[in-house]
Amino acid sequence: MSKNTEFVKFDKVDKSYDGKVLVVKDLNLNISEGEFITMLGPSGSGKTTCLMMLAGFETPTNGEIYLDSNPISNIPPHKRGIGMVFQNYALFPHMTVYENLAFPLRVRKVQKDEIDKKVDKALSMVSLSGFESRMPAQLSGGQQQRVAVARALVFDPAVVLMDEPLGALDKNLRESMQYEIKHIHENIGVTVVYVTHDQGEALTMSNRIAVFNDGKVQQLSSPDKLYEEPVNSFVAEFIGENNTFGGEVTDISKDVCKVKLQNGEILANPVSVTSKGDKTTVSIRPERALINPKDKMDNNQTGKIEEVIYHGDHTRLRLDLLGNKEFILKVPNSSNELDLKLGNEIKVGWNSQDARALDPK
Amino acid sequence: MSSETKQILTTDGIPLEISLKKAERKNKIKAFLLVAPLLLFLIITYIFPIGEMFTRSIDDKMITNMLPKTFKSMETWDGKELPSEEVFASFLSDFKILVEKKEHGKLAQRLNKEKNGFNTITKKLFRQVKRNKIDETQSIKEQIMKVHKRWRNVEYWQAIKRTAPPYTSAKYLKAMDMYLNEDNKITQVSEDRRIHRILWLRTVEVAFFVTVFCFLMGYPIAHLLATLPMKYSNLLMICVLLPFWTSLLVRTASWMILLQQQGVVNDFFVLIGLVSDDNRPEMMYNKVGTYVAMTQILLPFMVLPLYSVMKTISPSLMRAGKSLGGTPFVAFWKVYFPLTIPGIGAGCLLVFILAIGYYITPALVGGASGTLISNQIAYHMKTTLDWSFASAMGLMLLGGVLVIYWLYNKLVGVDNIKLG
Repeated sequence: MSKNTEFVKFDKVDKSYDGKVLVVKDLNLNISEGEFITMLGPSGSGKTTCLMMLAGFETPTNGEIYLDSNPISNIPPHKRGIGMVFQNYALFPHMTVYENLAFPLRVRKVQKDEIDKKVDKALSMVSLSGFESRMPAQLSGGQQQRVAVARALVFDPAVVLMDEPLGALDKNLRESMQYEIKHIHENIGVTVVYVTHDQGEALTMSNRIAVFNDGKVQQLSSPDKLYEEPVNSFVAEFIGENNTFGGEVTDISKDVCKVKLQNGEILANPVSVTSKGDKTTVSIRPERALINPKDKMDNNQTGKIEEVIYHGDHTRLRLDLLGNKEFILKVPNSSNELDLKLGNEIKVGWNSQDARALDPK
Repeated sequence: MSSETKQILTTDGIPLEISLKKAERKNKIKAFLLVAPLLLFLIITYIFPIGEMFTRSIDDKMITNMLPKTFKSMETWDGKELPSEEVFASFLSDFKILVEKKEHGKLAQRLNKEKNGFNTITKKLFRQVKRNKIDETQSIKEQIMKVHKRWRNVEYWQAIKRTAPPYTSAKYLKAMDMYLNEDNKITQVSEDRRIHRILWLRTVEVAFFVTVFCFLMGYPIAHLLATLPMKYSNLLMICVLLPFWTSLLVRTASWMILLQQQGVVNDFFVLIGLVSDDNRPEMMYNKVGTYVAMTQILLPFMVLPLYSVMKTISPSLMRAGKSLGGTPFVAFWKVYFPLTIPGIGAGCLLVFILAIGYYITPALVGGASGTLISNQIAYHMKTTLDWSFASAMGLMLLGGVLVIYWLYNKLVGVDNIKLG
C-alpha cells in the first residue's frame, strides 16, 4: 500500500496577525500519512501558529493547507476531523473521564454501546481503564495528559495535533510519556503533528523534525540527520551542543575547505560555503572531538583545560582552543587514564568531515 | 484515633496539643482583634436593628400594660356570654388610671383598630368617668352597659380579650391581607381591600424579570469582557462600571428624561415613524419604566460575577470542544455554559435579592402600577408611622430572601457561587 506523502500539505502559507509582521513566511511542508512529524523551534518561531492553522483556529493570510488533497482553509475546525491535544490538556473539568472521551463520539451521534466500546479501548490504550468515573481534577498531571491523548484519538481522526502536550509534566514523567505517545503512534499509525520547543522530545519521538525559526522552516529531516548534519548555524546551535569557530574560507575543494580563524587554521567540511573569502561559522559536536586521538585525524590542536565538570557518566571539559574559550569536550567516564586537571594542556583532534562550515552567524 | 495512641509530648514534656494551642493563642487573639471592629459594626448596624425590628413587629405590650387588671380578671372568662361584674369593675379601675394619665385616647385608638366602634363608646365612657357619674357602690356592670349599647355587645368584650397577649401576629397577617377574626380564625380581608398581596406578587415578578433581563444582557457583555484583549476590555469594563460611579438618583432621573411621553425615546419613535405623535406609548410610571431602569442599574451586579468566572475559563476548552467535532453551539452549550453556572448563580442571586428590595427607582419611575413592596414599607415608615407594620413587611422580605438563598443552596449549592 503506497502511502500518501502529501497527506497534509502546507502550500506557500503566510500568516500575519497585525498586517505588519509575518509570523509564518512562505511555508511549504508536506507530511505523509502515518508520519510523526515534530515542529521544533524557540517560542515565537511560528510553530504553534502553523498548528493552529491546521486545526482551523487561525486562517492563513495567504496560501492554502490541504488535507488528503482537499483545501481546508474554509472548513471550520469542527468539520476537519482533526484530533488535538492541548498544552494544558483542556479536559472539560465538569465532565468525568468517560464523558470527556464520549464527547467527540456523542457529537458525532455514535450509538451508546459503540461509544462504550471505543471509550474502553481508548482508555486501555493509555492504560487508564477503570478511571471512567473520575473527574479530571482527581487525576494527576500525567493521567490528565493520557486522558487528553485518549480523547484526541477516540474518534479515529486522520491527524492528531499535539501542542507542547508534555510541557507541564516533570522530567521523569515527561520521558515516560514520550515513549508512551511514540508507542501509541506506532500501534495505530495515525499521523501526528507535534509541536515542542524541547529538542530532546523531538529527537526521541519523531520520524521527521521541522526546525522553525523566524517563521520559516530551517531544516526538515530525520532526527539523526538533523543532529549530525545541520544545514545552517541556527539548527546546529539549536539542536544539541555545539562548538563554533568563526572564520573565513581561504581555500576550498570539493569536500574540504580551509578556514582561517583569528589565531589558527582548520580544515572543515564546506556545507554552505562556496568560494574563497566566504565568511563562515564552523560547527563541531563536542563528542566528535577526541583527546589524544589514536586514529589519524586531519585536525590536530592543543587546548588548555579551563574547567572540569563532573557529570556522572561523563566529564565535561571546557577548553581554551584556538582562541575559543568555550570549547566543550565530553569525556566518557571509562577513559579514566587521562590526566584531566585544570590548566593542563591536552591534544584534541577531529575529522574535517565533522567540522561543518556553515553560514556565518 | 484509637485509644492506644500515645499522647505526644514536646521535648519539654508538655503535651503537644496544649503546646500547640498555647503557641497559636496569640495569633488567634490577634486575628479576632482584627475582625472585632467589623463584628461590632455588624452587631450594632445589622443584627441589633433586625432584632429591634422583629420585636417591634410583634410587639403588643402597650395595651397589655394599659389594662393589667382587666386582662387578669378576664383569664377566667370563657368569652361566650358577657363577662362578670368583676371584669367590668377592673376595666373601670384600669380606665380611671388611664384617664388620670390622659392615655385613654391611645386605648381608644388601639381598640378601634381591633374593632370599629370603640372610639365612640370609649369617649362616652370617658365623659361619664370625668363627671364622676359612675357610682362604685352600685353594680358597675349595669352602669357601664348603660353608657352605650355596644358595651352590652359581647363582641366588643371579645375584642378586648383578643388584645390581651403581649405579642401579636396581626401585622404579619395584615401584610398578607389577612386578619384574625372574632373566633381567632385567620380570614382574608374583603377583596377590594387586598392590596399587599398584589404588591408582593408584583415585587417577585419584577425582581424575576429584572434578573432575567440582566442575565440576557449581562452574559454576552461578560463574555466579551473576558475574551477581549486587555486594552479594549479595560475600556469596556469602565463602561460597565460607569453606572456605579453615578448617583442612583441621577441615573433614575435620566431614565425619566428618556422615557417620558415627551421624552427622547418617544421622540425618536415618532421620528422614525414607529408610533404616531398623538399616540405616544407610556413607558414610564408603569412596569415598563421599572423594568428598564432597574435592569440598567443592576446590570453591573450581573456582569461582574459572570466576568470573574468567565475569566478563569481557559479559551482552549472551547477550542477543544470544537476540535473534537462540536459545532460552536454545542461547544458553547456543553462546555462553556456549564462552567459559567457558578457565575450565573452568583449574579442572579445578587440581582434578584437587590431587586426584591429596590426602592428609589420604582418610587420615581414606577408610578402606581410599578411600585413594589419596599415602597409600601417606606410609605408606612414615613407617612402612616406604623413602624411595626413596616417592620413586619421588612422582615417578611428578609425571610423571603433567606428562603431563596436556601432554595438556591439546595438546587445549585452555595459552594458554586463565585462572586469574584
